[in-house]
Amino acid sequence: MSLSHYLIVAGVLFVIGLAGLFANRRNILIMLMSIELMLLAVNTNFVAFSSYLNDISGQVFVFFILTVAAAEAAIGLAILVVLFRNRRSLDVEQLDTLKG
Amino acid sequence: MISDWIPVVLFYAFAGVLLASALAVITVRNSVYAALLLVLAFFSAAALWMLLEAEFLAITLVLVYVGAVMVLFLFVVMMLDVKSREKHALGGYGKVAIAVAVAMLLEMVMLFAGKLAAGLPETSLTRHAADYSNVRALAEELFTRYVFPFELAAVLLLVAIVAAILLTLRRRPDFKHLDPARQIAVKASDRMRVIKMPAEPQSSGDDK
Repeated sequence: MSLSHYLIVAGVLFVIGLAGLFANRRNILIMLMSIELMLLAVNTNFVAFSSYLNDISGQVFVFFILTVAAAEAAIGLAILVVLFRNRRSLDVEQLDTLKG
Repeated sequence: MISDWIPVVLFYAFAGVLLASALAVITVRNSVYAALLLVLAFFSAAALWMLLEAEFLAITLVLVYVGAVMVLFLFVVMMLDVKSREKHALGGYGKVAIAVAVAMLLEMVMLFAGKLAAGLPETSLTRHAADYSNVRALAEELFTRYVFPFELAAVLLLVAIVAAILLTLRRRPDFKHLDPARQIAVKASDRMRVIKMPAEPQSSGDDK
């Protein structure tokens, strides 16, 4: 297994997450899941480089990314719950109150 | 030798499951299935990290994501009663999504195949001895060079907890609750009022 294998898997995973972000405009929940997929791809890149370069700092960075991502998921879902309570919908297209 | 083939087979198996479940996450119609497939994706990614000898982070990924974040996702999915998505698997934006994905992939391939591939490190993974501890190496780095960011991360998590609770907190008007601040601020004069009034004249016993 070479480093390129892991990088290719991570790249394809990132692209899948990006496509999910565009494809699921009707459901903000799936958009959050797509963001998690993209973060996972980035983390996989960090871990792969850390292992192949034999430098542990990359894994420390992944540790911090996991922390921030967990905080992001918690606050994002809390905002989502409040949003659903007020609008009764998760459709991003309907969030156009600021459009004037 | 067969032991050389085991990591290769494991890599392709877990990478295949990872990409297939990620693709399923963004295409299935039911949000509950999407959350469960995301669990599968995270689990396969943890296995890939295990192959890269990042054992602590692999276990952390399973504990934090599969154990906490995805349970939160499932909880929200089931609480919100979201209607299932439309008939078309990729919604009305499927073409846009595919176009953006292909463009992004092409950009990555061009960048990677053009300039960066020559600068990649040597192709073999440095296998550590059996007594090497990934947790120890990570901890030595984390608690010496990165101790201040580590504590900042703890503060960040605390802020996230407070924010998440405060955002979803709802005061219901019909819900009886105590306000400790008002309880403490109360004085004796608020509780009892002494009224001055003229004394009633003593009646001469006609109420017998």
